[in-house]
Amino acid sequence: MDDARGSALLETRNLCRSFGGVSATRDVSIRLAPGELHAVIGPNGAGKSTLVNLLSGELAPSSGTVHLAGEDVTRLPVHARVKHGIARSFQRTNIFKDMTALENVRLAAQAVHATPGSLFRSAWRARDLVSRAQTALARAGLEDRSAAIAGTLSHGAQRQLEIAMTLATSPKVLLLDEPLAGMGQEEGLRISALLKALSKDHAILLIEHDMDFVFKVADWMTVLVEGAVLAEGTPDAVRTNAAVRRAYLGAQR
Amino acid sequence: MNEQTRLLPHSRLGWLLLAALLACLVAAPHFVSIYHTELITTAMIAAMLALSLQLLVGGTGLVSLGHGAFYGLAAYVVYLISPEAAARPIWQTLPAAMLVAGLAALLVGSLSLRTKGFFFLMVTLAFGQMIFFVFHDTKLGGGTDGAYLGKPLIQAFGASLDLPRRQRPLGPYYVALIQLTLMYVGLALLMRSLFGRILEGIRANEHRMRAIGFDTYRYKLTTFVIAGMLAGASGHMWAMHRGFVNPELISWHKSAEALLMILLGGLGSLAGPIVGALAYTALGEFSQLVTERKLLVEGLVILAVVLVLPRGLTGLARRRKAAELGPDG
Ligand SMILES: Nc1ncnc2c1ncn2[C@@H]1O[C@H](COP(=O)(O)OP(=O)(O)OP(=O)(O)O)[C@@H](O)[C@H]1O
Ligand SMILES: [Mg+2]
Repeated sequence: MDDARGSALLETRNLCRSFGGVSATRDVSIRLAPGELHAVIGPNGAGKSTLVNLLSGELAPSSGTVHLAGEDVTRLPVHARVKHGIARSFQRTNIFKDMTALENVRLAAQAVHATPGSLFRSAWRARDLVSRAQTALARAGLEDRSAAIAGTLSHGAQRQLEIAMTLATSPKVLLLDEPLAGMGQEEGLRISALLKALSKDHAILLIEHDMDFVFKVADWMTVLVEGAVLAEGTPDAVRTNAAVRRAYLGAQR
Repeated sequence: MNEQTRLLPHSRLGWLLLAALLACLVAAPHFVSIYHTELITTAMIAAMLALSLQLLVGGTGLVSLGHGAFYGLAAYVVYLISPEAAARPIWQTLPAAMLVAGLAALLVGSLSLRTKGFFFLMVTLAFGQMIFFVFHDTKLGGGTDGAYLGKPLIQAFGASLDLPRRQRPLGPYYVALIQLTLMYVGLALLMRSLFGRILEGIRANEHRMRAIGFDTYRYKLTTFVIAGMLAGASGHMWAMHRGFVNPELISWHKSAEALLMILLGGLGSLAGPIVGALAYTALGEFSQLVTERKLLVEGLVILAVVLVLPRGLTGLARRRKAAELGPDG
């Protein structure tokens, strides 16, 4: 079944992580194929954000491995994984509030695209970084807010900014932790259109609570419950999976 | 695009005030007594130390209590490499002092920067005190009493021996002023550069900086070493100017004093520590004149300034600008 999805770009094998006595991730093996939108769903506290943190390198696993394009990146720190093409957004908006939207994104572009020799050049002269940032802002639909101070943007625009920051690092893999969280209807529609567009040229691991949306856009789904994979498959397969209905979807009323 | 560099003046007025300060400092020795010329020299040396610390505190968000140790260490280096009979020229002593201070900062920084916040404060304090006790408890630099440099600065500037007494303090004064100016300009360019943007990002949200791909430890360590070397330049100038060293130069009080100067002048600008050092020195002189309880008066004044002006003395120049621009500016 997995072979039908092609070779994995990002893959975990038997990933485990516990906090003190609590197992937040239990023996999770998932695959993310190139160009795939892979949704991870599960109830609150299921370990979805922990999984993202293990993939991005913010957390080290207790055991198990993470492979990117066949290379073992389990021991790589966060910043090195970004340079390998893994970018993530945060469930709770995490931006530079006192900087302009453009500067937020420009910093992200700088992290990956600045040449070491340019480090002591005036930041204003680094036009290439600015234009990369503008492209990413435009892609996220924020082109006319670039001069606004990030902290003054609406909640929805701040979520868009999170995504623009990940895009500026030219990622292969996007790890998006509830990008739609707390959004109004109109804002939500805008972001979901953006996600669909992004999935054309990125592999996306999407954490999302909005089931209607997830079942509509996902190519593949993984259901996490209490840190472990309860089921995985195409949206249709997951929808009809008895264990999923019992343990999770049923509980949503 | 119209991005401003946070630690630099945001208005023409700010730059004008800075230029006026420089002009005053250039002219001052011709209008004040020898005593006051030497006092301002001492204040400018303190300003260099505070300015170098500002790169860490206001620039990167790292509050260190070990910074004074690099300053004191550099002063001892001048003593240790200067032979009794003749002084070494400044182009030998300055690089040596900065190099040793930089190496010490590399060692201290590589360990202490693994911690954060309060622990960083404590670890830098512990390292600073270790360096202090090396000189306090051994005979390496004259022990607790310190030591005099055989022939300080005078020889180093060659011709200045022949100057009449009235003009002798001018040598160290202008050397200190030039160094302070260069340090300001250098740090201003640094903060404007792509490197400076990284420091600003680390100060604002280090976790996010790592998540977008910066190896923040490496940048913090580089900055810690640069700041240490600049503290070294300041300590070097102190030894040159005053001609003696003692363990007090290394103690954590130096760091605390520099932090007070930053607070007084303003955390949010590079000019802050300079204005703060000058104000702090003036305050010390003044309170000595009017009272016997110098420290109490000093403490009260600083407390009052910090409470009334949370952005320090240099914050005064900025407030007006912000009001002009309005919230959208
Ligand atoms: N840093 C941490 N220290 C201790 N426990 C943690 C930590 N991070 C997560 N946990 C625990 O691990 C479990 C999984 O948390 P996680 O945040 O991954 O869940 P989630 O699926 O993202 O939930 P939500 O839908 O609410 O975002 C929870 O029981 C949580 O309390
Ligand atoms: Mg979560």
